Amino acid sequence: MQIKSPQFKENARIALHNVELQEALGQFKHGFPVNRANAIKRLPEFDDLRDAGRDLKNHIIQNLDIYLEQFESKVIENGGHVHWCRTAEDANKTILDICKQVDAKTVTKGKSMVSEEINLNDYLEANGVQPVETDLGEYILQLRGDHPSHIIAPAIHLNVEDVSEAFHTHHKRPKTGDPQALMKEAREVLRKQFVSADVGITGANFLVAETGSTIIVTNEGNGDLTQTLPKTHIVITSIEKVVPTLEDMSLFLRLLARSATGQEFTVYNTLSSGPRRAEDQDGPENFHVVLVDNGRSEMVGTEFQEMLRCIRCSSCMNHCPVYGAVGGHSYGWVYPGPMGSVLTPKMIGIDKAAHLPNASTSCGKCEEVCPVRIPLPKMMRHWREKEFEKHLTPKAVRFGIAGWAYFAKRPALYRWLARSSAWFMQKMAGKKGRINKLPLAGGWTDWRDMPAPQGKTFMDQWQAKQKAGE
Amino acid sequence: MTTMPDQSNHPKVGLFVTCLADMFRPSVAFATVKLLEAAGCQVEVPEKQTCCGQPAYNSGDRATTAEIARQTIEAFDGYEYVVGPSGSCIGMLHYYPDLFEQNDPWKIRALDLKARAFEITQFLTDIVNFDQIVAQYEGTITYHDSCSGLRQLGVKQQPRQLLSKVDNLTLNEMEEAETCCGFGGTFCVKYPDISNRMVSNKTQYISDSGADTLVGGDLGCLLNMAGKLKREGKSIQARHVVEILAGMTDTPAIGEAEYELAKAL
Repeated sequence: MQIKSPQFKENARIALHNVELQEALGQFKHGFPVNRANAIKRLPEFDDLRDAGRDLKNHIIQNLDIYLEQFESKVIENGGHVHWCRTAEDANKTILDICKQVDAKTVTKGKSMVSEEINLNDYLEANGVQPVETDLGEYILQLRGDHPSHIIAPAIHLNVEDVSEAFHTHHKRPKTGDPQALMKEAREVLRKQFVSADVGITGANFLVAETGSTIIVTNEGNGDLTQTLPKTHIVITSIEKVVPTLEDMSLFLRLLARSATGQEFTVYNTLSSGPRRAEDQDGPENFHVVLVDNGRSEMVGTEFQEMLRCIRCSSCMNHCPVYGAVGGHSYGWVYPGPMGSVLTPKMIGIDKAAHLPNASTSCGKCEEVCPVRIPLPKMMRHWREKEFEKHLTPKAVRFGIAGWAYFAKRPALYRWLARSSAWFMQKMAGKKGRINKLPLAGGWTDWRDMPAPQGKTFMDQWQAKQKAGE
Repeated sequence: MTTMPDQSNHPKVGLFVTCLADMFRPSVAFATVKLLEAAGCQVEVPEKQTCCGQPAYNSGDRATTAEIARQTIEAFDGYEYVVGPSGSCIGMLHYYPDLFEQNDPWKIRALDLKARAFEITQFLTDIVNFDQIVAQYEGTITYHDSCSGLRQLGVKQQPRQLLSKVDNLTLNEMEEAETCCGFGGTFCVKYPDISNRMVSNKTQYISDSGADTLVGGDLGCLLNMAGKLKREGKSIQARHVVEILAGMTDTPAIGEAEYELAKAL
């Protein structure tokens, strides 16, 4: 996917003027967040589960090598293969090689953000393998040549009319605006794809070290068909998804469903443990797990280590007022919202992604709702520090901070600055008590008035009172 | 024989004025002093204080933030408590320990300051158990929970508890009282149109609440929301919570002038 993060401001401006998107975002904030709040009310021990989830993830990250190797040996024992891929290129090449080995023409795909991260669809298509997305949202996006704007509700930015248009164009059937009819149409078209695909690719929400299993959770059941019908099943996932035991997995499933959609449990929770055995009714003949690093192991031992706890529930973006204003595409790469503002700079570089950790009021809502208590605002600030250290912070900001700091470190001068500013702004306001247009603060006064200072500064008034012996 | 003054009943409090109260709204700082004195505190205003350092901290300039932090720590040496009318600025003081390495002596001093630093409504309610509010307010207010105070310091019930003692005052909670108003320090000028969307949502909720007065505990947020309410031509007033608690509402509301006050009366 083309990186558009450097144009964040422009993307956001367009998004704010997109009436359709604003409508979708307006409805969105009454969906997932409300459902989550209700689900949590029904589970009084939810915060204890969050603590347990945080602690367990910390333990896993400390012992990542041990659990990954245990997972690998179990997958091999079950008759599957594990491929370790340091970069996106390694992962794409590995998957293409597997497809070529089985002479695959088409592959069905369950939803996978890691596959978006490595740009798998474009790579396969360029190399003669046709991927077909089977998650309804992803399928719609694929038809439109679009990308997800949310990590669990990828087509949240579209409305029924957009879907109707896309289906009409590609399915060559009569146009319908009825969501039920559209769903039925997608089901009919995809059913054929499920049956004829040579390879099925899915992501994984978790990898279980003790059994060598991978699990995906979906609400559509498309993951089941993607992985059981084709002869070859490839799981593409990233290294931090490993958990020690099935019991641990169930802890995270409880946290995930509630934090994501407010469900007690996702509808389909599908485990894969290797290729089909002689006694199995169905399942793939070949089972591959492609483990992607793509910068993750470099985060261990740094100020960004805690980000590896993320279970991709989307709660942070569902509750983020900035995401709620500009939508996911504004962020300009795969992962939007607060979690994306921490991950994206690591993956595409802080020079390209600098806007993301800066475009936050540090309101802290994301951390408040994170099921594994990731201190997202603190990490966004760490990126701002990296940006500052590398002298990437815009000149106007650097000069502004340096100028302000000169005064702030000299109390008497600071008093003078406050006194002069208050005086100046009062003159600007005249009798009105507020200012419509203020030089150098157009960002403020283009949209709102600037309340005028009351008069003399507090420090001046206080000192006068002290002298007068009041 | 002389007796020592009872320190515990008259704690020595250093007022952290905050830049915005100093420059925009001294009445907020005076109201804070009035409340602290009513609660039996001896209030002083250390000369050496300036800003808490948030502009540098939020811009990633750690070195400058640490310099400001050292200055603030020194300014408030010797005070039993440090109290200010802002969750955001007091919250910044709570970040100071993170600025220093483990073996740096400033780390201990920063931790010590953190343990003594409180937002005003939190201090009155949780530390000195003060509830002798003598004030009245003829009107219906709605309360905005500012982010740092709410999530970093846990300020939520304290201002409401104190406001419940104000005669004739009615509190109508707005929808999404805990959602950020879009101020965010430099955020509002760096990303003005996003900030505008956020504050526009907020002013909608404020007017939907049916209140005639918006009350909050942080001047940054209040300047932002009051500025937007004025630009939208809404007649809702905005005031800092301490002005109401101290009964100091004879000054014009935020963004209003004397003649508007006269008109209203």
